[in-house]
Amino acid sequence: MPRSQKIALGVMFAFFLAAPLAVYPVFLMKAMCFALFACAFNLLIGFGGLLSFGHAMFLGTAGYATAHAAKVWGFAPEFAILFGTAAAALLGLVTGLLAIRRQGIYFAMITLALAQMIYFYYLQAPFTYGEDGIQAVPRGMLFGVIDLANIWAMYGTVMAVFFAGFLLIYRVIHSPFGQVLKAIRENEQRAISLGYDVTRYKLLAYLLSATLAGLAGATKALVFQLASLTDVHWSMSGEVVLMTLLGGLGTVFGPVVGAFIIITMENYLAQLGAWVTVVQGAIFVICVLTFRRGVVGELGNWLKKPL
Amino acid sequence: MRAPFRTTAMDSIFGVPVQALFGQLLIGLINGSFYALLSLGLAVIFGLLNIINFTHGAQYMMGAFVAYLLASKAGLGYWWSLALVPLVVGFTGVVIERLMLSKLYRLDHLYGLLLTFGLALIIQGLFRNEYGTSGLPYAMPAELAGGRNLGFMFLPNYRAWVIVASLGVCIGTWFVIEKTKLGSYLRAATENPALVQAFGINVPRMITLTYGFGVALAAFAGVMAAPIYQVSPQMGADLIIVVFAVVVIGGMGSIMGSIVTGFALGLIEGLTKVFYPEASNTVIFIIMAIVLMFKPAGLFGSQK
Repeated sequence: MPRSQKIALGVMFAFFLAAPLAVYPVFLMKAMCFALFACAFNLLIGFGGLLSFGHAMFLGTAGYATAHAAKVWGFAPEFAILFGTAAAALLGLVTGLLAIRRQGIYFAMITLALAQMIYFYYLQAPFTYGEDGIQAVPRGMLFGVIDLANIWAMYGTVMAVFFAGFLLIYRVIHSPFGQVLKAIRENEQRAISLGYDVTRYKLLAYLLSATLAGLAGATKALVFQLASLTDVHWSMSGEVVLMTLLGGLGTVFGPVVGAFIIITMENYLAQLGAWVTVVQGAIFVICVLTFRRGVVGELGNWLKKPL
Repeated sequence: MRAPFRTTAMDSIFGVPVQALFGQLLIGLINGSFYALLSLGLAVIFGLLNIINFTHGAQYMMGAFVAYLLASKAGLGYWWSLALVPLVVGFTGVVIERLMLSKLYRLDHLYGLLLTFGLALIIQGLFRNEYGTSGLPYAMPAELAGGRNLGFMFLPNYRAWVIVASLGVCIGTWFVIEKTKLGSYLRAATENPALVQAFGINVPRMITLTYGFGVALAAFAGVMAAPIYQVSPQMGADLIIVVFAVVVIGGMGSIMGSIVTGFALGLIEGLTKVFYPEASNTVIFIIMAIVLMFKPAGLFGSQK
């Protein structure tokens, strides 16, 4: 890990350790869940060059699976999260096999359409309770001893999940697998001619991204004790694209910063109703036209250090 | 003696009353008209700009809203709207292309998708602020009120008009692109813009006008939809996702392909509503998945 990234990681860790003293912890937990979600998404677009417009399906599916397992089947939180993450992974495998048959714009449209299909399924399926969602999900006792109803226990758990996910993604990006992925992004034909099984690499990246997005969704369901249609809707898929774009596509820390900015913005603009959508749209347009490197990308470029 | 309420074979097919079956097929054909018009516009834009126009649904909604505003503020009726709205909304498309999209042609095509997605959010958000989420009614033109009894079903005149008019516009577009000189320039520019430019044709202007035309098609569909569905800011948001699936199924290689796929999928959706209503929302996506398994380039497409 280059020194600049070590410092950034330390700053990020210290921030999440100290911030609850000044900021509402539920807000920070929300930010961490979305940061993990955005990092998982970035793994696919930033390093695999695949723009998924349906990532909400993994967030939402894991949320529903976790909430259902914890509430109806009485799973312990660690198993509920595991179950939710596994459900997202399974969905990732099935949709991945279909979506990676096309690239570029088609890939985006296919993932969007598949996610919309999943959305309609959840809209009709009885176990999701439609518009109400699965409410009052019990947080339970982690490993049978830690009561997650305690906000600090929950905070510590979310922080552990977030950093574990973040470091795993970091490891993946910098592994030989990640290097091959980047090669495929840069020039797929050449990667094929070098003998790499491109389809398998792409599928594995997609699967990893789906699984980690699921981990974020599963954790989020326990934090808010709720799984709802919002998390499967296409606007959520758009939001994670926005977070990553704003933070910096293909940067290590960008998605975290982007998620934090967007969540903060939504928090303060919530009373403005539909203006939130307008502001989000405007950020998209500005980022694409003038600010394609994103916040962290620009910062790294200015410091001439990878971030 | 026959029981008075026993249905005969003529009245039902597979246990479904004929009236209901044809009613749903008609609705399917109407939806298919909109799928065809919208996917046609997407295909025309994609052909030349290599951009998937995510704003298409919002521009369809703008078409309906401009028609509504012309009626309520200026007293201009349906027929005026049908002529004026595509021009007005198409012009906004020209502005968008000149100011924004034209800056992105040298970049990865995904940026075009992201930009148009952002524009769709802005447009839909602005209209939602102004008009809320509930639908606004738009009157049907008096000339097309009522309907006729075809013996096996009742056919409202306006719905018949929608099908005929969109079929006409689709085939007209196909004719212009495939059979005229202008269309041949367009197709040539799709293949090799640099070469066409070298022959003295103003390719950038052609690109601008093509985008404007694709947007105008969406606006035209919006005006046609206004009397059937209510006019609301969200009317295009979910529709555009279905149209994306239609585009993936058809493949964007052929103009005729997108027209045929649009109508056919509308009909299939209508049939699903009759025989298995639970799947009517998802049937198009399921077909997309099946097509991807066996013919990833789409039914009429070629893998690029």
